[in-house]
Formats: sequence, C-alpha cells, structure tokens
Amino acid sequence: MVGCVVAELGHFALILASLVALMQIIIPAIGVFLMWPKWMHLVHAAALLQFFLTAIAFTALTQAFVQSDFSLALVANHSHSAKPLLYKLSGVWGNHEGSMLLWVLVLSLFSALIVWFGGALPIRLKTLTLSVQAAIASAFYAFILLTSNPFERLTIAPFEGMGLNPLLQDPGLAFHPPALYVGYVGLAVSFSFAVAALLLGEVNAAWARWVRPWTLVSWVFLTLGIALGSWWAYYELGWGGWWFWDPVENASFMPWLFATALLHSATVAEKRGCLKSWTLLLAILAFSFSLLGTFLVRSGILTSVHAFATDPGRGVFILAILIIFSGGALALYAWRGSMIVSDNVFAPLSRETALISNNILLVVAALVVFIGTFWPLVAEIIFGRMLSVGPPFFEIAVTPFLVALAILLPLGSTMPWKTASTAGLRHLWWVFLSAVLCGTVVLFLDNAHSTLGALGLALAVWLAAGVVADLAKRAGMGRGGIRAALWRIFNMPRSEWGKSLAHFGLAVTIAGISAITAWESEDIRLAETGDQYQISDRYALRFDHLGLVEGPNYQATRASMMILKDSHEVAQLFPEKRFYPVSGMVTTEAAIEMGFLRDIYVVIGDSQADGRVTVKAYIKPLANWIWLGAIIMSLGGLTSLLDRRYRLASVGRSRLRMTPSPALER
Amino acid sequence: MLSQIQKKRRIHLVVASGLLLVIAALLMGYGFRDGIAYFRLPSDVFNETPPPEELFRLGGLVAEGSVIEDQDNTIFEITDSDHAVVVVFRGILPDLFAEGQGVIALGRLADGVFSATEVLAKHDETYMPKEVAKALKEKGLFRAPVQ
Repeated sequence: MVGCVVAELGHFALILASLVALMQIIIPAIGVFLMWPKWMHLVHAAALLQFFLTAIAFTALTQAFVQSDFSLALVANHSHSAKPLLYKLSGVWGNHEGSMLLWVLVLSLFSALIVWFGGALPIRLKTLTLSVQAAIASAFYAFILLTSNPFERLTIAPFEGMGLNPLLQDPGLAFHPPALYVGYVGLAVSFSFAVAALLLGEVNAAWARWVRPWTLVSWVFLTLGIALGSWWAYYELGWGGWWFWDPVENASFMPWLFATALLHSATVAEKRGCLKSWTLLLAILAFSFSLLGTFLVRSGILTSVHAFATDPGRGVFILAILIIFSGGALALYAWRGSMIVSDNVFAPLSRETALISNNILLVVAALVVFIGTFWPLVAEIIFGRMLSVGPPFFEIAVTPFLVALAILLPLGSTMPWKTASTAGLRHLWWVFLSAVLCGTVVLFLDNAHSTLGALGLALAVWLAAGVVADLAKRAGMGRGGIRAALWRIFNMPRSEWGKSLAHFGLAVTIAGISAITAWESEDIRLAETGDQYQISDRYALRFDHLGLVEGPNYQATRASMMILKDSHEVAQLFPEKRFYPVSGMVTTEAAIEMGFLRDIYVVIGDSQADGRVTVKAYIKPLANWIWLGAIIMSLGGLTSLLDRRYRLASVGRSRLRMTPSPALER
Repeated sequence: MLSQIQKKRRIHLVVASGLLLVIAALLMGYGFRDGIAYFRLPSDVFNETPPPEELFRLGGLVAEGSVIEDQDNTIFEITDSDHAVVVVFRGILPDLFAEGQGVIALGRLADGVFSATEVLAKHDETYMPKEVAKALKEKGLFRAPVQ
C-alpha cells in the first residue's frame, strides 16, 4: 500500500519546489543588488534543491504509471494495465498534466546544470540568471498546481484504465515530446542569460561564449524532436506526408528558426563583439516563441491535427505567462538595450554581413510562418470568417527565404571575418559548376521533367560541395603536401567540424525534400486478393492475402502484398487497419519498405461489402534523407558542443578568456 | 569614425530588412490567394454558391444513411440539418469517419457536387473539428462528446 502515499508525496514535493523557486527568485536577486555574497550563494543550494524536489514529484508520477495506480485520475484516463512498460512510461508525458511536469523537470535540471557547469561564470551574472530561471519555473509550478494537477485522486478508483491513445503508442512518439521539451526549455536558459545581462547592463565576448553552448543543446534537441515528430507523422498517421504546416508543427518550427538565428548571431557576438544587442533580442524572442508554441499546443486555440484534450482556461494561463515574461523582457530590452554597443566594424563583404543576412532571412521566415499560423485567428476575430491557411501559403511565402538562405550559405561560410574579397571565393566556382552540371543531368534523365526537382538537387549539391570545398581550402590543399593538409584538417577546432557537418546535413535534407516533392508517385484504387497491377513505371503490386490477426491489445485486418520490380519480388508488405477495443479507436498502420533511394509506402482502407479494399501505394524517392539530414545536423551541433573553448569556459582555466568587465566580475 | 561606419551599416541593415519585409508581404499576399480555404456549412453554400474554382472547407455532420461506395469513390452527404451537399471523395477515409459524426472536407463545388481532395474527421474519440463544433453550436445541433 506504499502507492497510496507516493502520489501525495509527489504533490507535496511539487508544492515545496514551488516555494523553493519563489525563494530562489527573491533572496539571491537582493544579494546581487546589495552585493551580499552570502545571499547570492544561496542560489546554488536553492537550484539544486528545486531540481531534487521536482525529480521526486516526477518519480512519484512515474511510479503511479508503472504500478497502474488507477486511483489517480491521470493514470486512469491515460494508462492501462495491459500496456507494455515503455508505453506506461511514455504515458507519463503523453498527456497534458504529465507533460507540464516534464517541462518543469527539464527547466530545473537546466538550472542545476548551470550550477554544476557554470563554475567560471561571474557570480552576479550566474545568480541573476538562476533567479530568472526560478521566476519562469514558479510561473509553471503555479500553472501545474492551480490548473493541471497530475496527482489528483479519484474518489472511486476504476479497476482498469482507459488506455493511452493507440496512435501515441509508438517509439517515435515516446521520445518526441521529451526531445522537443528539452529544446524549448533549453531556450529558457538563453532567455535567462539575456535578461540577467540586460539587468547588469553588460555583454562581452565571454557572455556570448557562455550562452552559445546552451543554445546549441536546445537546438540539437529541437532538431531531433522536430525530425522525430515528422517521422512519426510519416509512418504512423498513414497519410504519407512528412510535414503538414499544421499549427502545432509550426509551433516547433518557429523556435527552431529563432534558435538557428541565435546560434549564428552569438558566434558574431563572441568572435567579433558585434550584434550583441541583436543577440539579446533573439534570445528573448526564441524563448517567447517556445512559450507561444506551448500556448498553441495546450490551448487548442487553432484547429490542429494534434488533438490534445484542450482547455481554454489553461490557454489563458499560459498566455498570461507569455505576456508577463516576453513583455517584461522586451520592455527591459527597450530600456537597457541601447547601453550595449558594438566593439567593432566590418566591411560590406565579410562573414559578419553573411551572418547578418542569415539572421534576417531566418527571422523573416519565422515571421511569415507566424502570420500564416495565426491568420485564421485574426480573420475570425476581425473579419468574423472561419478559414484555414494551408500548405500552399507556406510553400509560396516561406520557401523562397529558406532557398535564399541555402544559396548564400556556402558563400558566407567560407568568407573571413572583418573583410572578404571576391578572390577568396574563387574556389567556389567549381562548386557552382558541379551544381549546375548536376541540375542539368537530372533534368535530362528525368522523365517527369521536373524543374523543381532539378533545382532542388542542384541546390543540395551546391551546399554539400560547398562544405567540401571549404574544408579543402582550410586544409590548404597544395600547400606542403597531402600530409600537412590532412594534419591541418584533423586539427581544426571541433566547432568547425560541427559547422561543416550541420551544413552538410542541411544539404541532405534539402535533397530529400526536393526529390520527394518532385518525383513522388501515388496510386490509389479498390483492389481484391489476387490482383496485380503497376503502381509506378517500375514497381508493381500483387495483393496476396487479406485476413484478421489478433494483436496484444488490438484486432487487425492485415493485407499481405508483394512488391515487384521488373517481375522480381523485392519486398513483402503487411499494411494493417487496427481496432483497439479498450479505447474504441481504429488506426491505420502503413507498411513501409524503407530504402536508401526510395521508400515504398502502402496503406489500406476499410473493407467493402464485396471484399475489396482501397489500396494506396506511394513511391517516395529519397524520403529517408529528410530525417537523415536532420540527424547529421544534430550531430554537427553535438560536435560543436564538444569544442575545447566551451570546456575551458565552463571550467574557468582559460588563458584565452577575454578580460571580463569589472561589472560582471565582481 | 567608428560610430559613423556603424551608423552607415545600420542604415544599410534597415534598408535591406525593409526590402525583405516588402518581399515577404508580397509573397504572403500571393500565397493567401492559394493558401486560404474558407470554412462553409451546407447552408452557407446554399445561400451563396462559391465559384467552381474556389477551394474551400465544407463542414458539418455526415448524413445518416448517405454513405455509398461507388467504384473507387466514396459518396456521402454533409449536412447541417437545414441543407445538405453531396460529396465525392476518392481515397482512404480517415479512421474515425462515420455517419452522424462531424467532418470537414476540402475541395471544390461544381454542378452541385463537392469533389473533396481531403477529408478530415475527428482525430480521437473526444474531439470534433473546432469549426464544426462552433458552427453546430450556433445552430443548436452540437452534442457534447460523451466521456
């Protein structure tokens, strides 16, 4: 009967955590402004204690899910004793209350990480950063305790739970929300750093070096989280799409665009002492858009395919948090932002200019996504008309900026700081020629004559070959023989490797997106067992069998299909239509034959009275490249994170450290 | 000297950003022509028939007893109890599509028949498309989902 108190213990720990967070805002902040070191130092213990208490609360909830304690309303509504352990665990965050608990857990974990790895931070900056973190945390503790208590008991406990939505019983989705949350919440750290710097009125190169790794961590997780979500939608929803420009997807894409911009501007602030005030603004905006994303998902204010059970009251609460924190930070920025001035100037043709262009393009793209996402709301409130903004809008209005970004990327990333010359870009000529050559060859070989596909692949080659050319230039091919060149390349800082990897990953993703958009083929028809027909120029489908199968917690109609290529059997596929009796839900299980160059994707519909079923078969060229590219990009981020200078910055024995300003040092 | 160059850079920056925002506004204006789909109930369609080239979202309830499978097409009626529109759809219907349930179809109306390219039904057992729920509430036809 231990379970009876564990939940109450968790609830109690959460209340204590919120009190600790309140203390963590006030006392250290007073210490900073009155220069009382003992009050400032309190922040360390408070941050660690807060993390410890939140971890207890989260463990208590996990325990309730693992043990199927149906006296908790949350467990009864979202779990089932027959569910595999992995999905009992993912059930903890597969619902509103639990996911908000995960939110504060990650937030307090990040605060604890600042304590553990922030040894070299000036004490006032660190203290204020942790105070701001605690302020954000308090708002979310209040939100959980007042509107979404995960530990609510039922007066009468049911014998069995209502089960988790079967669509969510999937490994891809088990890890998609935690990855996104780490990304969202990591941006809170950059936000807190920015607000602390504004309060102290001081930003230097060291500040930028401290902020960048946190932004990198959250960028890596955002990239992975978005890719996982897109992959899940691709194979689980059975619609065959990988990106729908749905409000909830946009909610994760906007912070990603801002985080990408922030990563690049922080580099300028660190290396050249320019764009400091802009970097602060981006840090504030990036987290504001994370909050906006949380608001969008949790309020259900926009119609979305992601139908979480939603509640307007909660939406208003998150909106209030958003207004207080973003509004407050932006007001602070308006007041103090002008105190932060650039140390340097640069020529019109320089890496600084290139990175500014990158930033402007990313931010404009994010604003367009923002307007498209919120337009239905504006139209309803102002014009009183219900409408939806679909993919064509985003394809027309967002893509050009992202394409422009990809065109500029190889040029900018090879330019030196301060001032560049066109002569220094000469090695890109062969990159340009190979891209043009690739595009022309594709256009000739392609029966569909897709200009879009040819241009997209040419762009991918431009990016990928640009990365190679940049590396070759850095290695100084021709200078001192191949050995010396190899030595130079392998001794490049890890952040340079990270940059090359990330840009290469973008090339791979662009290739995948272009190919799938230009050359996807789709066949849909009613078919019965025994039928054999062409589904594209090269592939045929033979419908062998249709039968019922019994799963662990569902019954399925399963078709057996053979895919033939030039009358050779290449793959056997088993698309299913599943019925989950516990939740009364039906799901479509796509059968996918994954390949490096193409996916074959088959789904079936309901059986007709005459025994025929609708069969939809797609050939999706380079589909996996979309997610492969995202994985390479994240690896690039991770590699960059392992760069020596961040370790030195965190341990604080750096001889390279810029002379810190007296204001931050005290 | 330093601040003068900085001032010049700032002017360049403002001009460049302004230009990009203008381009963005133009692209958005152009994108809205294809990207916006209005939501209509069958009664709205009855009162004011949209032109055949306009892509819009038709919402309501799937009329009881109206679903017919004909060759590769599914034919059904979307109703708001006052009026109904015949919908033809070729493809796999969503898992929670059923007679008497809320539905949204995206497509075009020609000669009184709505050809749908996409059909959305509710996504789980407690959810109804927001527009449908709102429009039906206004008509007093909304039944709260049974928990």
